Amino acid sequence: MLSQILYALPFLAEGFAVTLWVSLLVVVLSLIAGVLLGVGLVYGPAPLRWAVRIFSDTIRGIPILVLMFFVYYGLPAVGLHLQSFWAAVLALTLFKTAQVVEYVRGAVASIPKGQSEAAMAIGLTFRQRLTSVIFPQAFRRFLPPWINGVTDAVKGSALVSLLGITDLMQAVNQVIGRTYEAMPLYILGALIYFAVNYALSYASRMLERRFAFIRD
Amino acid sequence: MATSSNNSPALLEIAEVSKSFGPVAVLRSVSLQVAKGEVVTIIGPSGSGKTTLLRCVNFLESYDSGSIRIDGKEVGYRDAATRQRRSERDLAAMRAETGMVFQSFNLFPHLTAAGNIMLGLTKVRGKGSAEARAIAEHWLARVGLAHKADSLPAELSGGQQQRVGIARAVAMEPKILLLDEITSALDPELVGEVLAVVKSLAEDGMTMVMVTHEMAFARDASSRIVFMADGGVSAVGPPKEVLAAETTNERLRTFLARFRASHF
Repeated sequence: MLSQILYALPFLAEGFAVTLWVSLLVVVLSLIAGVLLGVGLVYGPAPLRWAVRIFSDTIRGIPILVLMFFVYYGLPAVGLHLQSFWAAVLALTLFKTAQVVEYVRGAVASIPKGQSEAAMAIGLTFRQRLTSVIFPQAFRRFLPPWINGVTDAVKGSALVSLLGITDLMQAVNQVIGRTYEAMPLYILGALIYFAVNYALSYASRMLERRFAFIRD
Repeated sequence: MATSSNNSPALLEIAEVSKSFGPVAVLRSVSLQVAKGEVVTIIGPSGSGKTTLLRCVNFLESYDSGSIRIDGKEVGYRDAATRQRRSERDLAAMRAETGMVFQSFNLFPHLTAAGNIMLGLTKVRGKGSAEARAIAEHWLARVGLAHKADSLPAELSGGQQQRVGIARAVAMEPKILLLDEITSALDPELVGEVLAVVKSLAEDGMTMVMVTHEMAFARDASSRIVFMADGGVSAVGPPKEVLAAETTNERLRTFLARFRASHF
């Protein structure tokens, strides 16, 4: 048993690399898109606010698996053919973007009105108020739910295996198919996912401490 | 109603300003002039429009009609007649000419005491960080907090936070300082240290408009007291006149009687 698992390790490592690559792409792309759309949702003109609101509510109301199948199997009907890898990344990114939009909106909305007023009173322009007063504070409120969302993204990336992409999940399944050692291999897979997410949680606690309003 | 205690031209001219929140009229044709160096305190029952009036002066609130000028310049509108709102950049520049201290302090929690003061100096006044730091330290010393320059707001008491709030406002060298119930959120034993700072600024000739419930302070430190009721200026004059027990102004007499009953 042990030898079979050891033999499969390089294969599992390749799958793990795909999992990390998908997660990284989704996390970075959704962060950029989500922050832009989230700021648009709070401060943008009415048509932009409506568009972002509709986007976010729609995406968050659809199971992520449906979204992924829709992008991969549905979009070719309108002439958009994506490789399974990029279809998966797009679907997961859309899903995560909708979440990031809400984190941003919540974080900005949680900053008391008095902060803007105090910033106005000393003569800061709108842009200066955002960059010097609102965003630095909103960032601290954004961080905890966002990191939580990053761990969700890593776990959720296992869904890409359903489009036939050989990520960690799919690699584990394939090794099980060859060895019939389901129990130890699922435990090994679970441990790897856990290790990544535990490291992320730890990093997030360090970050939150680093940006706290009260120093130790 | 527009009276000034002396003949020097008014620094702040509020002329017939009215404002409604929906059907509720919060300001009814308020007029008031404040001369350079004057300390004007505004008293009155809650809901009388004191705070709203103060917030109109630096255009944190807009108003429906009338005109507010500082040094002859219309504050919120390019032109009082057409009521065309100033651009964001213009408004910011106008607001930098007034300082405001808030009831709830509103210090920036992510910046140190010095950082709070330096922000406007660097971003709005265009000063280098070394110069801004020196100015911040000067004003912190002035409010008795030289040793707290690198403390975050959360590490300061309420009275200390409010003194930083005052330093942040005056460091910008505003033409006029607006103080909105700045001691109302403080524990009673911390009120004195904040009022002492205000008093020393008054003695230095800072022009101030202050909404307050501190009657003793209003009596001792004001050039004039404005009594507001129902969104209008009901009485205005030197403290001795306004706070006189034998006033014929019915509303004022009721207000003062209730105040004496609860506070003295």
